[in-house]
Amino acid sequence: MCDTCGCGDTKLVPVELHERLLAGNDRTATHNRAHFALHGVLAVNLMGSPGAGKTALLEATARAVGTSRRLAAITGDLETDRDAVRLRGAGIPAEAITTGSACHLDADMVHHALHHGAARGADTLFIENVGNLVCPAIYDLGQAAIVVALSVTEGEDKPLKYPVMFRKADLVLLTKVDLLPALPDFDRGALEEALARVMPAPRLLDVSARSGTGIAAWVAFLEARRGDGAGAASFRDAQETEQSMKGGA
Amino acid sequence: MHEYSLAQALVARVEREARARGATAVHRLTVRIGPLSGVEPDLLVTAYGHLRVGTLCAGAELALAGEDVVWRCEACGVVLAPGQALCCPDCGLPARLAGGDALVLEHIEMEVPAHV
Repeated sequence: MCDTCGCGDTKLVPVELHERLLAGNDRTATHNRAHFALHGVLAVNLMGSPGAGKTALLEATARAVGTSRRLAAITGDLETDRDAVRLRGAGIPAEAITTGSACHLDADMVHHALHHGAARGADTLFIENVGNLVCPAIYDLGQAAIVVALSVTEGEDKPLKYPVMFRKADLVLLTKVDLLPALPDFDRGALEEALARVMPAPRLLDVSARSGTGIAAWVAFLEARRGDGAGAASFRDAQETEQSMKGGA
Repeated sequence: MHEYSLAQALVARVEREARARGATAVHRLTVRIGPLSGVEPDLLVTAYGHLRVGTLCAGAELALAGEDVVWRCEACGVVLAPGQALCCPDCGLPARLAGGDALVLEHIEMEVPAHV
């Protein structure tokens, strides 16, 4: 009923909004990004399937950088803080976010973890997302780089099946390359071709947390993302070294 | 199933707008979704159907508008053919997404008392 005169008449009003559904998440992500910039923290959103080797990669990263960097991590899983416990064991202060039934981390969850000191004193924060190639892809967390881990057993066509995830990646890590001798059918060319169809500037790096292959180049990528020119050069050098090692093998 | 989180955000956003304008009900909302938005349209409609219950959106239809994927070279303006590698066939530069990732609440049609 009409509030003014009680006549009961209503009118239909069209309202134009043109607003992103994720506008709220984007605002918090922008806030997180400003926080990281202010405190000199390189934030990396690390995504990939469950079992792609995200946690093992971070453990290997901690071994590689030693005390030269102050690493920290936020780990997302539906249940348990197992990944955070593993990372703390590797010397990375880590905070677990257990999402219950949520399939992804969002900017608010990361913001909350930051308020609980997740990145305090760190210069590098790894946000190890919930293992999932679908849902985490659409949430900006305020990161400086998006990295997708794809293990050698997952199939070369994964990028074509999950284009939203791979489209925004700054780097794809092909993990567990130490298993390649047991996978004669693995076709790296097919993977590169798939990536080229979903990523405008595809960048693929072979790594093995077990053997240490590619970890130096991965660390150099992180240094380059820090916006340091010398870091960018050392990433190229490390990649060339990797390539020539592969050529020589 | 992030569609439930999104539907929840959608209903909350629409209710906030409706209350701010003194609306008594919402009739219809339109959301534009592109294939690269990362959202499954049918799942969003299902989630919305559950989450609108008991809100100002209870009787409001969710209309979805589509959007085509367009990859374009920023330097030469060339639009890439679907399915090809995402670099410009002419100059080789990485292409840029010019459409197809939308997830946008476009309009709301609401019922407002005539003499407000």
